[in-house]
Amino acid sequence: MNVLNFIHAFFSDSSHWHGYDGIPARVWEHIQYSLEALGYAALIGLPVGLVTGHYGRGGNTLALIATAGRALPSFGLLVLMFIWLGFGLLPVMIPLVILAVPPILVTTYEALRSVDPSPVDAARGMGMTESRILFQVELPVALPLILSGLRSAAIQIVSTATIAAYVSLGGLGRYIIDGLYQKNYEKVVGGATLVAAMALVTLGIFWAVARLTVSPGVRRS
Amino acid sequence: MIRIDSVTKRYPDGTVAVDRLSLEIPDRSITVFVGPSGCGKTTTLRMINRMVEPSEGRILLDGADIHAQPVNTLRRSMGYVIQNAGLFQHRTIVDNIATVPRLLGWSKQKARARAAELMERVGLDTALAKRYPYQLSGGQQQRVGVARALAADPPVLLMDEPFSAVDPVVRKGLQDELLRIQDELGKTIVFVTHDIDEAIKLGTMVAVMRTGGHLAQYAPPAELLTAPADEFVEDFLGADRGIRRLSFFPSTGLELQRAPIVAIDADAGRLGARASADAPYLLVTDLDGRPLGWGEPQDLTAGSIDPARLLSYGRPFMPGRDSLRAALDGSVLSPTGWAVAVDGEGRAVGVVSQQVIGAAIRTAHAEGRDDARVGG
Ligand SMILES: Nc1ncnc2c1ncn2[C@@H]1O[C@H](COP(=O)(O)OP(=O)(O)O)[C@@H](O)[C@H]1O
Ligand SMILES: [Mg+2]
Repeated sequence: MNVLNFIHAFFSDSSHWHGYDGIPARVWEHIQYSLEALGYAALIGLPVGLVTGHYGRGGNTLALIATAGRALPSFGLLVLMFIWLGFGLLPVMIPLVILAVPPILVTTYEALRSVDPSPVDAARGMGMTESRILFQVELPVALPLILSGLRSAAIQIVSTATIAAYVSLGGLGRYIIDGLYQKNYEKVVGGATLVAAMALVTLGIFWAVARLTVSPGVRRS
Repeated sequence: MIRIDSVTKRYPDGTVAVDRLSLEIPDRSITVFVGPSGCGKTTTLRMINRMVEPSEGRILLDGADIHAQPVNTLRRSMGYVIQNAGLFQHRTIVDNIATVPRLLGWSKQKARARAAELMERVGLDTALAKRYPYQLSGGQQQRVGVARALAADPPVLLMDEPFSAVDPVVRKGLQDELLRIQDELGKTIVFVTHDIDEAIKLGTMVAVMRTGGHLAQYAPPAELLTAPADEFVEDFLGADRGIRRLSFFPSTGLELQRAPIVAIDADAGRLGARASADAPYLLVTDLDGRPLGWGEPQDLTAGSIDPARLLSYGRPFMPGRDSLRAALDGSVLSPTGWAVAVDGEGRAVGVVSQQVIGAAIRTAHAEGRDDARVGG
Protein backbone atom coordinates (compact mmCIF):
# COMPACT_ATOMS: atom_id res chain seq x y z
CA MET A 1 0.00 0.00 0.00
CA ASN A 2 1.25 3.43 -0.74
CA VAL A 3 0.60 6.74 0.98
CA LEU A 4 -2.30 7.65 -1.28
CA ASN A 5 -4.07 4.45 -0.37
CA PHE A 6 -3.57 5.24 3.30
CA ILE A 7 -4.99 8.69 2.80
CA HIS A 8 -7.94 7.38 0.89
CA ALA A 9 -8.66 4.71 3.45
CA PHE A 10 -8.40 7.15 6.33
CA PHE A 11 -10.70 9.75 4.92
CA SER A 12 -13.29 7.39 3.43
CA ASP A 13 -13.82 5.57 6.72
CA SER A 14 -17.04 7.15 7.94
CA SER A 15 -16.25 6.28 11.56
CA HIS A 16 -13.39 8.80 11.36
CA TRP A 17 -15.85 11.65 10.83
CA HIS A 18 -17.66 11.74 14.16
CA GLY A 19 -17.20 11.32 17.85
CA TYR A 20 -14.62 12.76 20.21
CA ASP A 21 -11.81 11.20 18.13
CA GLY A 22 -13.44 12.21 14.82
CA ILE A 23 -11.73 14.51 12.30
CA PRO A 24 -13.95 17.57 12.99
CA ALA A 25 -13.33 17.35 16.72
CA ARG A 26 -9.56 16.90 16.35
CA VAL A 27 -9.30 19.67 13.76
CA TRP A 28 -11.27 21.99 16.00
CA GLU A 29 -8.97 21.19 18.96
CA HIS A 30 -5.94 21.80 16.78
CA ILE A 31 -7.33 25.14 15.64
CA GLN A 32 -7.99 26.15 19.24
CA TYR A 33 -4.47 25.29 20.41
CA SER A 34 -2.96 27.07 17.42
CA LEU A 35 -5.06 30.19 17.75
CA GLU A 36 -4.41 30.42 21.45
CA ALA A 37 -0.66 30.02 21.02
CA LEU A 38 -0.56 32.49 18.12
CA GLY A 39 -2.64 34.92 20.14
CA TYR A 40 -0.25 34.85 23.10
CA ALA A 41 2.80 35.04 20.85
CA ALA A 42 1.36 38.03 19.00
CA LEU A 43 0.40 39.66 22.27
CA ILE A 44 4.05 39.50 23.29
CA GLY A 45 5.82 39.84 19.96
CA LEU A 46 3.82 42.59 18.25
CA PRO A 47 3.90 45.32 20.91
CA VAL A 48 7.54 44.71 21.75
CA GLY A 49 8.48 44.59 18.06
CA LEU A 50 6.47 47.72 17.25
CA VAL A 51 7.85 49.81 20.08
CA THR A 52 11.49 48.73 19.70
CA GLY A 53 11.21 49.07 15.92
CA HIS A 54 9.68 52.55 16.17
CA TYR A 55 12.38 53.86 18.49
CA GLY A 56 15.10 51.82 16.80
CA ARG A 57 16.48 50.59 20.09
CA GLY A 58 17.11 47.09 21.41
CA GLY A 59 17.79 45.43 18.08
CA ASN A 60 20.74 43.46 19.45
CA THR A 61 18.84 42.25 22.47
CA LEU A 62 16.00 41.13 20.24
CA ALA A 63 18.33 39.21 17.96
CA LEU A 64 19.76 37.44 21.02
CA ILE A 65 16.34 36.51 22.37
CA ALA A 66 15.29 35.31 18.96
CA THR A 67 18.33 33.08 18.53
CA ALA A 68 17.86 31.65 22.00
CA GLY A 69 14.15 31.05 21.31
CA ARG A 70 14.91 29.26 18.07
CA ALA A 71 17.60 27.13 19.66
CA LEU A 72 15.24 25.72 22.29
CA PRO A 73 13.80 22.40 21.11
CA SER A 74 10.02 22.51 21.41
CA PHE A 75 9.71 18.87 22.31
CA GLY A 76 12.36 19.03 25.02
CA LEU A 77 10.66 22.08 26.43
CA LEU A 78 7.35 20.26 26.44
CA VAL A 79 8.78 17.39 28.45
CA LEU A 80 10.40 19.81 30.84
CA MET A 81 7.19 21.79 31.31
CA PHE A 82 5.19 18.61 31.73
CA ILE A 83 7.49 17.37 34.47
CA TRP A 84 7.38 20.74 36.10
CA LEU A 85 3.73 21.69 35.65
CA GLY A 86 1.99 18.34 35.14
CA PHE A 87 -0.95 17.76 32.82
CA GLY A 88 -2.81 20.62 31.23
CA LEU A 89 -2.72 23.10 28.42
CA LEU A 90 0.00 25.31 29.92
CA PRO A 91 2.95 22.91 29.31
CA VAL A 92 1.85 22.84 25.65
CA MET A 93 1.32 26.57 25.28
CA ILE A 94 4.72 27.53 26.66
CA PRO A 95 6.82 25.77 23.99
CA LEU A 96 4.45 26.88 21.23
CA VAL A 97 4.59 30.51 22.30
CA ILE A 98 8.37 30.38 22.70
CA LEU A 99 8.53 28.95 19.20
CA ALA A 100 6.31 31.65 17.71
CA VAL A 101 7.51 34.80 19.46
CA PRO A 102 10.92 35.11 17.70
CA PRO A 103 9.61 35.26 14.12
CA ILE A 104 6.89 37.73 15.09
CA LEU A 105 9.16 39.89 17.22
CA VAL A 106 12.13 40.00 14.89
CA THR A 107 10.13 40.48 11.70
CA THR A 108 8.04 43.24 13.26
CA TYR A 109 11.17 45.01 14.46
CA GLU A 110 12.82 44.65 11.05
CA ALA A 111 9.63 45.72 9.27
CA LEU A 112 9.52 48.98 11.20
CA ARG A 113 13.23 49.62 10.76
CA SER A 114 12.88 49.24 7.00
CA VAL A 115 10.19 51.93 6.71
CA ASP A 116 11.42 54.90 4.64
CA PRO A 117 12.45 57.56 7.19
CA SER A 118 11.33 60.57 5.15
CA PRO A 119 7.54 60.12 5.51
CA VAL A 120 8.16 59.60 9.22
CA ASP A 121 10.16 62.81 9.35
CA ALA A 122 7.43 64.62 7.42
CA ALA A 123 4.77 63.24 9.77
CA ARG A 124 6.66 64.35 12.85
CA GLY A 125 7.29 67.73 11.28
CA MET A 126 3.61 68.28 10.67
CA GLY A 127 2.78 67.59 14.27
CA MET A 128 1.71 63.95 14.50
CA THR A 129 2.08 62.33 17.90
CA GLU A 130 4.48 59.39 18.15
CA SER A 131 1.64 56.89 18.47
CA ARG A 132 -0.06 58.26 15.37
CA ILE A 133 3.24 58.06 13.52
CA LEU A 134 3.57 54.44 14.58
CA PHE A 135 0.03 53.39 13.74
CA GLN A 136 -0.83 55.66 10.81
CA VAL A 137 2.49 56.09 9.04
CA GLU A 138 4.81 53.19 9.87
CA LEU A 139 2.44 50.30 10.50
CA PRO A 140 0.53 50.49 7.20
CA VAL A 141 3.80 50.41 5.28
CA ALA A 142 5.38 47.71 7.46
CA LEU A 143 2.24 45.57 7.40
CA PRO A 144 3.21 43.13 4.61
CA LEU A 145 6.40 42.19 6.45
CA ILE A 146 4.68 42.02 9.83
CA LEU A 147 2.06 39.71 8.36
CA SER A 148 4.78 37.51 6.92
CA GLY A 149 6.27 37.17 10.41
CA LEU A 150 2.89 36.22 11.84
CA ARG A 151 2.43 33.78 9.00
CA SER A 152 5.71 31.94 9.64
CA ALA A 153 4.81 31.82 13.31
CA ALA A 154 1.35 30.46 12.56
CA ILE A 155 2.67 27.76 10.24
CA GLN A 156 5.23 26.65 12.80
CA ILE A 157 2.58 26.55 15.50
CA VAL A 158 0.20 24.51 13.35
CA SER A 159 2.87 21.90 12.63
CA THR A 160 4.23 21.84 16.16
CA ALA A 161 0.88 21.80 17.99
CA THR A 162 0.89 18.04 17.34
CA ILE A 163 3.07 17.73 20.45
CA ALA A 164 -0.02 18.39 22.56
CA ALA A 165 -0.92 14.76 22.08
CA TYR A 166 2.20 13.67 23.98
CA VAL A 167 0.73 15.08 27.15
CA SER A 168 -2.63 13.43 26.61
CA LEU A 169 -4.30 16.38 24.98
CA GLY A 170 -6.15 16.32 21.66
CA GLY A 171 -5.50 17.89 18.31
CA LEU A 172 -4.25 16.29 15.14
CA GLY A 173 -1.17 14.96 16.92
CA ARG A 174 -3.48 12.40 18.48
CA TYR A 175 -3.78 10.51 15.18
CA ILE A 176 -0.05 10.51 14.63
CA ILE A 177 0.89 9.39 18.12
CA ASP A 178 -1.92 6.88 18.53
CA GLY A 179 -1.34 5.59 15.02
CA LEU A 180 2.36 5.05 15.67
CA TYR A 181 1.60 3.30 18.96
CA GLN A 182 -1.05 1.11 17.38
CA LYS A 183 1.05 0.60 14.22
CA ASN A 184 -1.97 1.99 12.38
CA TYR A 185 -0.18 3.79 9.53
CA GLU A 186 -3.42 4.82 7.92
CA LYS A 187 -4.06 6.98 10.98
CA VAL A 188 -0.51 8.36 11.02
CA VAL A 189 -0.66 9.40 7.40
CA GLY A 190 -4.19 10.75 7.78
CA GLY A 191 -3.12 12.92 10.72
CA ALA A 192 -0.04 14.19 8.90
CA THR A 193 -2.14 15.04 5.86
CA LEU A 194 -4.56 17.02 7.99
CA VAL A 195 -1.68 18.97 9.55
CA ALA A 196 -0.30 19.77 6.09
CA ALA A 197 -3.75 20.83 4.89
CA MET A 198 -4.14 23.12 7.89
CA ALA A 199 -0.78 24.71 7.15
CA LEU A 200 -1.93 25.39 3.59
CA VAL A 201 -5.21 26.87 4.78
CA THR A 202 -3.22 29.09 7.15
CA LEU A 203 -1.16 30.34 4.19
CA GLY A 204 -4.38 31.06 2.32
CA ILE A 205 -5.86 32.96 5.25
CA PHE A 206 -2.76 35.15 5.54
CA TRP A 207 -2.78 35.82 1.83
CA ALA A 208 -6.40 36.96 2.06
CA VAL A 209 -5.76 39.09 5.14
CA ALA A 210 -2.88 40.79 3.33
CA ARG A 211 -5.10 41.47 0.31
CA LEU A 212 -7.69 43.07 2.53
CA THR A 213 -5.51 45.08 4.88
CA VAL A 214 -2.49 46.21 2.88
CA SER A 215 -3.07 49.43 0.94
CA PRO A 216 -2.74 49.18 -2.86
CA GLY A 217 -0.19 51.97 -2.60
CA VAL A 218 2.07 49.68 -0.57
CA ARG A 219 1.17 46.39 -2.20
CA ARG A 220 2.35 47.25 -5.73
CA SER A 221 5.95 46.12 -5.17
CA MET B 1 8.06 87.34 12.45
CA ILE B 2 10.51 84.64 13.42
CA ARG B 3 13.49 85.82 15.42
CA ILE B 4 16.51 83.59 15.79
CA ASP B 5 18.37 84.90 18.80
CA SER B 6 22.03 83.81 19.11
CA VAL B 7 21.20 80.18 18.60
CA THR B 8 23.87 77.50 18.80
CA LYS B 9 23.36 73.82 18.11
CA ARG B 10 25.91 71.35 19.33
CA TYR B 11 25.09 67.73 18.54
CA PRO B 12 25.88 65.09 21.16
CA ASP B 13 28.97 64.03 19.19
CA GLY B 14 30.38 67.55 19.56
CA THR B 15 29.63 68.81 16.05
CA VAL B 16 28.73 72.48 16.14
CA ALA B 17 26.13 72.64 13.38
CA VAL B 18 24.96 76.20 14.03
CA ASP B 19 27.11 78.78 15.76
CA ARG B 20 25.54 81.81 17.50
CA LEU B 21 23.13 82.51 14.69
CA SER B 22 21.00 85.63 14.98
CA LEU B 23 18.62 86.93 12.37
CA GLU B 24 15.05 88.02 11.80
CA ILE B 25 12.83 86.34 9.28
CA PRO B 26 10.26 88.85 8.00
CA ASP B 27 6.59 87.92 7.66
CA ARG B 28 4.94 87.19 4.33
CA SER B 29 8.16 86.81 2.38
CA ILE B 30 10.56 84.10 1.33
CA THR B 31 13.74 83.85 3.37
CA VAL B 32 16.31 81.50 1.90
CA PHE B 33 19.12 79.78 3.77
CA VAL B 34 21.84 78.86 1.32
CA GLY B 35 25.31 77.45 1.70
CA PRO B 36 27.47 74.42 1.01
CA SER B 37 26.43 70.98 2.23
CA GLY B 38 26.86 70.52 5.97
CA CYS B 39 26.85 74.21 6.84
CA GLY B 40 23.88 73.87 9.17
CA LYS B 41 20.92 74.90 7.00
CA THR B 42 18.77 71.89 7.82
CA THR B 43 19.63 72.13 11.50
CA THR B 44 18.57 75.78 11.51
CA LEU B 45 15.30 75.04 9.76
CA ARG B 46 14.50 72.12 12.04
CA MET B 47 15.09 74.22 15.11
CA ILE B 48 12.21 76.45 14.01
CA ASN B 49 9.68 73.62 14.31
CA ARG B 50 11.56 72.03 17.20
CA MET B 51 12.56 68.91 15.31
CA VAL B 52 15.96 69.86 16.71
CA GLU B 53 16.34 71.68 20.03
CA PRO B 54 18.94 74.47 20.24
CA SER B 55 21.79 74.04 22.70
CA GLU B 56 21.86 77.76 23.38
CA GLY B 57 19.82 80.79 22.44
CA ARG B 58 16.14 80.97 21.62
CA ILE B 59 13.73 81.32 18.76
CA LEU B 60 10.77 83.66 18.95
CA LEU B 61 7.64 83.46 16.87
CA ASP B 62 5.74 86.75 16.89
CA GLY B 63 7.56 87.69 20.04
CA ALA B 64 6.82 84.48 21.96
CA ASP B 65 9.33 81.71 22.59
CA ILE B 66 8.46 78.71 20.41
CA HIS B 67 8.53 76.63 23.58
CA ALA B 68 5.54 78.56 24.90
CA GLN B 69 3.10 76.28 23.09
CA PRO B 70 2.86 72.48 22.89
CA VAL B 71 5.28 71.15 20.29
CA ASN B 72 2.61 69.57 18.10
CA THR B 73 0.51 72.73 18.11
CA LEU B 74 3.57 74.63 16.94
CA ARG B 75 4.28 72.11 14.20
CA ARG B 76 0.69 72.08 12.96
CA SER B 77 0.95 75.84 12.46
CA MET B 78 3.99 75.40 10.23
CA GLY B 79 3.85 73.58 6.92
CA TYR B 80 6.86 71.32 6.42
CA VAL B 81 8.18 70.23 3.03
CA ILE B 82 11.21 67.96 2.62
CA GLN B 83 13.43 66.93 -0.24
CA ASN B 84 11.82 63.68 -1.32
CA ALA B 85 8.34 64.91 -0.48
CA GLY B 86 7.98 62.17 2.16
CA LEU B 87 4.51 61.22 1.02
CA PHE B 88 2.59 58.44 2.77
CA GLN B 89 2.67 55.67 0.21
CA HIS B 90 -0.36 53.88 1.69
CA ARG B 91 -2.58 56.93 1.31
CA THR B 92 -4.10 58.38 -1.83
CA ILE B 93 -2.97 61.81 -2.96
CA VAL B 94 -6.09 63.48 -1.60
CA ASP B 95 -5.69 61.80 1.78
CA ASN B 96 -2.01 62.71 1.91
CA ILE B 97 -2.93 66.35 1.44
CA ALA B 98 -5.75 66.10 3.98
CA THR B 99 -3.38 64.89 6.73
CA VAL B 100 -3.01 68.02 8.83
CA PRO B 101 -6.66 69.14 8.51
CA ARG B 102 -7.59 65.66 9.77
CA LEU B 103 -5.12 66.02 12.65
CA LEU B 104 -6.83 69.29 13.49
CA GLY B 105 -10.13 67.46 13.68
CA TRP B 106 -11.78 68.49 10.43
CA SER B 107 -14.38 66.09 9.05
CA LYS B 108 -13.17 63.76 6.33
CA GLN B 109 -15.43 65.42 3.81
CA LYS B 110 -14.28 68.95 4.59
CA ALA B 111 -10.61 67.89 4.64
CA ARG B 112 -10.94 66.21 1.25
CA ALA B 113 -12.71 69.21 -0.27
CA ARG B 114 -9.86 71.37 0.99
CA ALA B 115 -7.34 68.90 -0.44
CA ALA B 116 -8.96 69.06 -3.86
CA GLU B 117 -8.83 72.86 -3.74
CA LEU B 118 -5.12 72.70 -2.93
CA MET B 119 -4.40 70.30 -5.76
CA GLU B 120 -5.61 72.97 -8.13
CA ARG B 121 -3.67 75.66 -6.35
CA VAL B 122 -0.36 73.81 -6.79
CA GLY B 123 -1.12 72.92 -10.39
CA LEU B 124 -2.09 69.27 -9.99
CA ASP B 125 -4.87 67.72 -12.05
CA THR B 126 -7.63 66.69 -9.61
CA ALA B 127 -7.94 63.48 -11.62
CA LEU B 128 -4.86 62.37 -9.69
CA ALA B 129 -6.73 62.59 -6.36
CA LYS B 130 -7.38 58.87 -6.02
CA ARG B 131 -3.93 57.79 -7.16
CA TYR B 132 -1.17 56.58 -4.88
CA PRO B 133 2.20 58.36 -4.61
CA TYR B 134 4.07 55.69 -6.61
CA GLN B 135 1.88 56.54 -9.61
CA LEU B 136 3.18 60.13 -9.70
CA SER B 137 6.38 61.63 -11.13
CA GLY B 138 8.94 63.19 -8.80
CA GLY B 139 7.79 66.69 -9.69
CA GLN B 140 4.14 65.82 -9.09
CA GLN B 141 5.02 64.23 -5.75
CA GLN B 142 6.79 67.40 -4.73
CA ARG B 143 3.68 69.42 -5.62
CA VAL B 144 1.68 67.09 -3.41
CA GLY B 145 4.23 67.73 -0.65
CA VAL B 146 3.69 71.48 -1.00
CA ALA B 147 -0.10 71.06 -1.10
CA ARG B 148 0.03 68.89 2.03
CA ALA B 149 2.07 71.55 3.83
CA LEU B 150 -0.42 74.25 2.84
CA ALA B 151 -3.54 72.24 3.64
CA ALA B 152 -4.34 73.72 7.03
CA ASP B 153 -3.38 77.21 5.82
CA PRO B 154 -0.45 77.60 8.23
CA PRO B 155 1.08 81.08 8.41
CA VAL B 156 4.60 79.62 8.17
CA LEU B 157 6.04 77.22 5.61
CA LEU B 158 9.37 75.45 6.20
CA MET B 159 10.94 73.95 3.09
CA ASP B 160 14.14 71.89 3.14
CA GLU B 161 15.64 71.54 -0.34
CA PRO B 162 12.17 70.79 -1.70
CA PHE B 163 13.17 70.98 -5.36
CA SER B 164 16.69 69.52 -5.24
CA ALA B 165 15.78 66.02 -6.35
CA VAL B 166 13.97 66.93 -9.58
CA ASP B 167 15.45 67.72 -12.98
CA PRO B 168 16.18 71.36 -13.91
CA VAL B 169 13.16 71.86 -16.14
CA VAL B 170 10.73 70.54 -13.55
CA ARG B 171 12.58 72.49 -10.87
CA LYS B 172 12.09 75.75 -12.74
CA GLY B 173 8.38 74.96 -13.05
CA LEU B 174 8.12 74.30 -9.32
CA GLN B 175 10.01 77.49 -8.47
CA ASP B 176 7.73 79.59 -10.67
CA GLU B 177 4.73 77.88 -9.10
CA LEU B 178 6.01 78.65 -5.61
CA LEU B 179 6.45 82.32 -6.47
CA ARG B 180 2.94 82.42 -7.92
CA ILE B 181 1.46 80.71 -4.85
CA GLN B 182 3.37 83.07 -2.61
CA ASP B 183 1.95 86.04 -4.52
CA GLU B 184 -1.53 84.71 -3.79
CA LEU B 185 -1.08 83.49 -0.23
CA GLY B 186 1.67 85.63 1.29
CA LYS B 187 3.10 83.02 3.67
CA THR B 188 6.19 83.38 5.79
CA ILE B 189 8.38 80.92 3.96
CA VAL B 190 11.75 79.67 5.20
CA PHE B 191 13.46 77.89 2.35
CA VAL B 192 16.69 75.89 2.47
CA THR B 193 18.76 75.18 -0.62
CA HIS B 194 22.38 74.64 -1.62
CA ASP B 195 21.70 76.22 -5.01
CA ILE B 196 22.61 79.92 -5.06
CA ASP B 197 20.62 80.53 -8.26
CA GLU B 198 17.52 79.13 -6.60
CA ALA B 199 18.20 81.33 -3.57
CA ILE B 200 18.52 84.44 -5.70
CA LYS B 201 15.45 83.60 -7.73
CA LEU B 202 13.18 82.85 -4.77
CA GLY B 203 14.52 84.83 -1.86
CA THR B 204 13.26 88.14 -0.59
CA MET B 205 16.08 87.82 1.90
CA VAL B 206 18.98 85.40 1.53
CA ALA B 207 21.07 84.10 4.41
CA VAL B 208 24.37 82.74 3.13
CA MET B 209 25.86 80.27 5.61
CA ARG B 210 29.33 78.88 5.72
CA THR B 211 30.63 75.61 7.12
CA GLY B 212 30.61 75.57 10.88
CA GLY B 213 27.18 77.11 11.06
CA HIS B 214 28.24 80.74 10.67
CA LEU B 215 26.11 83.33 8.98
CA ALA B 216 28.26 84.85 6.25
CA GLN B 217 25.78 87.42 4.96
CA TYR B 218 22.10 88.20 5.29
CA ALA B 219 20.78 90.49 2.61
CA PRO B 220 18.31 90.83 -0.25
CA PRO B 221 19.61 88.98 -3.32
CA ALA B 222 20.42 92.11 -5.31
CA GLU B 223 22.53 93.45 -2.47
CA LEU B 224 24.27 90.10 -2.19
CA LEU B 225 25.21 90.31 -5.86
CA THR B 226 26.28 93.93 -5.63
CA ALA B 227 28.18 93.82 -2.40
CA PRO B 228 29.20 90.35 -1.22
CA ALA B 229 30.36 90.64 2.39
CA ASP B 230 33.56 88.67 1.91
CA GLU B 231 35.49 86.38 -0.37
CA PHE B 232 33.52 83.32 0.70
CA VAL B 233 30.21 84.88 -0.35
CA GLU B 234 31.77 86.18 -3.54
CA ASP B 235 33.09 82.73 -4.46
CA PHE B 236 29.81 81.15 -3.55
CA LEU B 237 27.91 83.53 -5.80
CA GLY B 238 29.94 82.40 -8.78
CA ALA B 239 31.57 84.15 -11.69
CA ASP B 240 28.86 86.10 -13.43
CA ARG B 241 27.20 87.89 -10.56
CA GLY B 242 27.34 91.18 -12.44
CA ILE B 243 25.21 89.76 -15.22
CA ARG B 244 22.90 87.98 -12.76
CA ARG B 245 22.37 91.20 -10.90
CA LEU B 246 20.80 92.65 -14.03
CA SER B 247 17.82 90.37 -13.30
CA PHE B 248 16.84 92.94 -10.71
CA PHE B 249 16.66 95.87 -13.14
CA PRO B 250 13.47 96.23 -15.16
CA SER B 251 13.70 96.71 -18.92
CA THR B 252 10.79 99.14 -18.99
CA GLY B 253 12.96 102.26 -19.26
CA LEU B 254 14.81 101.14 -22.40
CA GLU B 255 14.38 103.49 -25.31
CA LEU B 256 13.10 101.34 -28.16
CA GLN B 257 13.39 102.22 -31.83
CA ARG B 258 10.59 101.39 -34.19
CA ALA B 259 12.18 102.79 -37.35
CA PRO B 260 14.32 99.75 -38.30
CA ILE B 261 11.29 97.42 -38.34
CA VAL B 262 9.81 96.47 -41.70
CA ALA B 263 7.16 93.97 -42.69
CA ILE B 264 8.07 91.27 -45.19
CA ASP B 265 5.78 92.84 -47.83
CA ALA B 266 7.32 96.32 -47.52
CA ASP B 267 7.56 98.22 -50.79
CA ALA B 268 10.71 99.93 -52.10
CA GLY B 269 9.72 103.31 -50.75
CA ARG B 270 9.30 102.02 -47.23
CA LEU B 271 12.48 99.98 -47.34
CA GLY B 272 14.31 103.09 -48.45
CA ALA B 273 12.83 105.23 -45.71
CA ARG B 274 13.61 102.66 -43.01
CA ALA B 275 17.16 102.24 -44.24
CA SER B 276 17.82 105.84 -43.50
CA ALA B 277 17.30 105.12 -39.79
CA ASP B 278 20.58 104.98 -37.87
CA ALA B 279 20.46 101.19 -37.48
CA PRO B 280 22.81 99.24 -39.71
CA TYR B 281 20.24 96.43 -40.02
CA LEU B 282 16.50 96.15 -40.54
CA LEU B 283 14.30 93.76 -38.59
CA VAL B 284 11.92 91.98 -40.95
CA THR B 285 8.61 90.80 -39.51
CA ASP B 286 5.81 88.66 -40.87
CA LEU B 287 2.48 90.22 -41.77
CA ASP B 288 1.32 89.95 -38.13
CA GLY B 289 4.39 91.82 -36.92
CA ARG B 290 6.23 88.83 -35.49
CA PRO B 291 10.02 89.03 -36.02
CA LEU B 292 11.56 86.86 -38.75
CA GLY B 293 15.16 88.05 -38.70
CA TRP B 294 17.62 90.81 -39.46
CA GLY B 295 18.79 91.85 -42.90
CA GLU B 296 21.21 94.46 -44.25
CA PRO B 297 19.31 97.23 -46.07
CA GLN B 298 21.16 96.75 -49.36
CA ASP B 299 20.31 93.00 -49.39
CA LEU B 300 16.57 93.57 -49.00
CA THR B 301 14.67 93.93 -52.25
CA ALA B 302 11.05 94.92 -52.13
CA GLY B 303 8.72 92.01 -52.86
CA SER B 304 11.40 89.34 -52.76
CA ILE B 305 12.67 89.12 -49.17
CA ASP B 306 13.71 85.53 -48.48
CA PRO B 307 13.13 84.80 -44.76
CA ALA B 308 15.63 81.92 -44.89
CA ARG B 309 18.48 84.35 -45.65
CA LEU B 310 17.84 86.63 -42.70
CA LEU B 311 20.10 86.69 -39.63
CA SER B 312 18.85 85.30 -36.32
CA TYR B 313 17.20 87.82 -34.02
CA GLY B 314 18.26 86.01 -30.83
CA ARG B 315 15.76 85.75 -28.02
CA PRO B 316 13.29 88.62 -27.81
CA PHE B 317 12.42 90.19 -24.45
CA MET B 318 9.20 91.65 -23.14
CA PRO B 319 9.61 95.16 -21.74
CA GLY B 320 7.80 95.34 -18.42
CA ARG B 321 7.98 91.64 -17.76
CA ASP B 322 11.62 90.85 -18.47
CA SER B 323 14.70 92.36 -16.90
CA LEU B 324 17.69 94.16 -18.36
CA ARG B 325 19.43 90.80 -18.15
CA ALA B 326 17.00 89.37 -20.71
CA ALA B 327 17.42 92.42 -22.93
CA LEU B 328 21.21 92.18 -22.78
CA ASP B 329 21.04 88.45 -23.39
CA GLY B 330 18.85 89.04 -26.44
CA SER B 331 21.29 91.55 -27.87
CA VAL B 332 24.28 89.26 -27.24
CA LEU B 333 22.54 86.32 -28.89
CA SER B 334 21.76 88.24 -32.05
CA PRO B 335 24.68 88.57 -34.53
CA THR B 336 23.65 92.17 -35.12
CA GLY B 337 24.11 93.12 -31.46
CA TRP B 338 20.56 94.42 -31.28
CA ALA B 339 17.82 93.03 -29.05
CA VAL B 340 14.20 92.72 -30.15
CA ALA B 341 11.39 93.77 -27.84
CA VAL B 342 8.04 92.02 -28.27
CA ASP B 343 4.58 92.35 -26.77
CA GLY B 344 2.54 89.60 -25.13
CA GLU B 345 1.56 88.20 -28.54
CA GLY B 346 5.14 88.05 -29.74
CA ARG B 347 4.84 91.06 -32.09
CA ALA B 348 7.93 93.23 -32.41
CA VAL B 349 7.39 96.53 -30.65
CA GLY B 350 10.89 97.90 -31.04
CA VAL B 351 14.60 97.15 -31.22
CA VAL B 352 17.45 98.32 -29.03
CA SER B 353 21.22 98.26 -29.39
CA GLN B 354 23.81 96.97 -26.91
CA GLN B 355 25.00 100.56 -26.49
CA VAL B 356 21.59 101.69 -25.36
CA ILE B 357 21.24 98.70 -23.01
CA GLY B 358 24.69 99.44 -21.64
CA ALA B 359 23.70 103.02 -20.93
CA ALA B 360 20.52 101.82 -19.21
CA ILE B 361 22.56 99.46 -17.02
CA ARG B 362 24.85 102.29 -15.94
CA THR B 363 21.86 104.48 -15.17
CA ALA B 364 20.19 101.70 -13.20
CA HIS B 365 23.35 101.11 -11.17
CA ALA B 366 23.64 104.80 -10.49
CA GLU B 367 20.05 104.97 -9.30
CA GLY B 368 20.37 101.75 -7.32
CA ARG B 369 17.06 100.71 -8.77
CA ASP B 370 17.39 97.13 -7.68
CA ASP B 371 14.47 96.69 -5.33
CA ALA B 372 11.87 95.67 -7.88
CA ARG B 373 12.15 92.00 -8.69
CA VAL B 374 11.54 91.14 -12.30
CA GLY B 375 11.55 87.79 -14.02
CA GLY B 376 13.89 86.52 -16.75
N1 LIG C 1 21.89 64.25 14.23
C1 LIG C 1 23.16 64.69 14.07
N2 LIG C 1 24.15 64.29 14.86
C2 LIG C 1 25.41 64.74 14.70
N3 LIG C 1 25.79 65.60 13.75
C3 LIG C 1 24.83 66.04 12.91
C4 LIG C 1 23.47 65.61 13.01
N4 LIG C 1 22.75 66.22 12.04
C5 LIG C 1 23.63 66.99 11.37
N5 LIG C 1 24.87 66.89 11.88
C6 LIG C 1 26.07 67.61 11.43
O1 LIG C 1 25.82 68.98 11.59
C7 LIG C 1 26.34 69.70 10.48
C8 LIG C 1 25.22 70.48 9.81
O2 LIG C 1 24.30 69.59 9.26
P1 LIG C 1 23.01 70.05 8.46
O3 LIG C 1 22.27 71.05 9.27
O4 LIG C 1 22.27 68.84 8.05
O5 LIG C 1 23.67 70.77 7.21
P2 LIG C 1 23.07 71.16 5.79
O6 LIG C 1 21.58 71.00 5.83
O7 LIG C 1 23.50 72.57 5.59
O8 LIG C 1 23.70 70.26 4.79
C9 LIG C 1 27.00 68.68 9.58
O9 LIG C 1 28.37 68.66 9.88
C10 LIG C 1 26.35 67.39 9.97
O10 LIG C 1 27.21 66.32 9.77
MG1 LIG D 1 20.35 69.75 4.60
